[in-house]
Amino acid sequence: MTAIVEVIDVWKRFDGLEVLRGLSLEALKGETLVVMGGSGSGKTVLLRHIAGLIQPDRGQVKVFGQNIEALSEEELLPIRRRMGFVFQGAALFDSLSVHENVAYPLREHTRLSEDRIRARVVAALARVGLPEDVLPLLPSELSGGMRKRVGIARALMVEPDIMLYDEPTAGLDPTNARLVADLISEVQAGVCDTSIVVTHDLELTRAVATRVAVLIDGRFAALGPRDAVLESDEPAVRAFLTGEATSHRV
Amino acid sequence: MEAYLRRTAMWYGGLSLLGGRVLRNLALPPSYLQHVVREIEVMGVRSLGVALIAAVFTGMVFALQSAVNMARFGAEAYVGPVSALAILRELGPVLTAILVGGKVASGITAELGSMKVTEQIDALRTLGVNYIKRLIVPRLLAAIVVFPLLTVLADVVGVLGGMVIMYLERGADMYTYWNVTTYWVVPRDFLMGVGKSVFFGAIVTLIGCYNGLSTEGGTEGLGRATTATVVHVTMGVIVSDFFLTKLILILFWGRV
Repeated sequence: MTAIVEVIDVWKRFDGLEVLRGLSLEALKGETLVVMGGSGSGKTVLLRHIAGLIQPDRGQVKVFGQNIEALSEEELLPIRRRMGFVFQGAALFDSLSVHENVAYPLREHTRLSEDRIRARVVAALARVGLPEDVLPLLPSELSGGMRKRVGIARALMVEPDIMLYDEPTAGLDPTNARLVADLISEVQAGVCDTSIVVTHDLELTRAVATRVAVLIDGRFAALGPRDAVLESDEPAVRAFLTGEATSHRV
Repeated sequence: MEAYLRRTAMWYGGLSLLGGRVLRNLALPPSYLQHVVREIEVMGVRSLGVALIAAVFTGMVFALQSAVNMARFGAEAYVGPVSALAILRELGPVLTAILVGGKVASGITAELGSMKVTEQIDALRTLGVNYIKRLIVPRLLAAIVVFPLLTVLADVVGVLGGMVIMYLERGADMYTYWNVTTYWVVPRDFLMGVGKSVFFGAIVTLIGCYNGLSTEGGTEGLGRATTATVVHVTMGVIVSDFFLTKLILILFWGRV
């Protein structure tokens, strides 16, 4: 299968702390790759490298076959329009309504009429299970689960080839977490070619993953098919999955 | 000391790099012109009161002080041109830049800083939006329109304030005052101040944007960045005013 994302020997240091230590991975077309790891293990940093939001100190990041670590912000824009990024805190524009948030990519990149934009926004919200009533609400008036779903709807508006999810179930109750997990599977089946999910949620991993990578202290302790990794005998992986890991980081 | 010097060098370097990126992205798509108009309204109309009140009282106090002290040398007749030259060349543009600039730039830092710490700027980037074009260029273009306009208005009310106070307090003849002023003041004096205000508008906005975009450390960091902007804007205007004035004097008044 074709590799859509390739991370090759990536190193990253922040304030003297080595966060990523020679990471390599491929995300293949048609799969949902889940990167698991505890807090501070470097999961989000890895995801931000893939979106080109930060550059590695060493190593390469290839997306759609293009080396993105050497590209300027302006050169990255067309590549980012093929990606959807769902932030941990949803990162909705707080001064804009739900309608304006979800319509934002269309207003920026298309010349669709307001009627067609509204129809697309309503359809996107319906896809994530939200009614039309939420259109005029501000993000501060939504629950955590609703914010997350609006974030997914906004990311889907660019019709992405890759979806990147940063801790999509963090802070959600079990019902909302299951809804989001179902949504990730639906999106993967119907909209995009590849999904990369970073999470520490074992239930979510079981529900959506094709392959799983376990990131411990900036390195992959395991990377392979879901069941093989989740049943791995590797002591560090077992310790993480059973909640008995002791990280050297905070 | 070493850490402070490194931080200072990084700040100037970062500001210059941002300036370069803004210049490269100066051409805006038509749909962004509405943002420029909105920023003109936010910066200009809402700062009008501050700029004009400061200008009229500065003009009045300057004329009053000049009159009292120049009378000791028998030069009270020249209060008009002295006040007008001070207002047009220095006080108008510099006071407007410090007062309006502090207000505008700290507002920009707070807005962009808040967007930065809540990942809204990253969200724009992941949606394929050029955030320099969307967030910074419209503000910069608005500032280089608004600051000269506010300076012109500040100049007018400052000079008029001086004239009115001279009439009310010192019994000066307004017709003579005006004639002596316009005899000694030339268009270059006015243009020098307005020209400087274009630069001040650009540098003030750039400082506000840079401090906002480099905000780190949550709400506490946001508070620090906003306070730093007021200090940076004030010092930036005062220091750059000296060098800009020297440059303009060399270029347009011969070697001075």
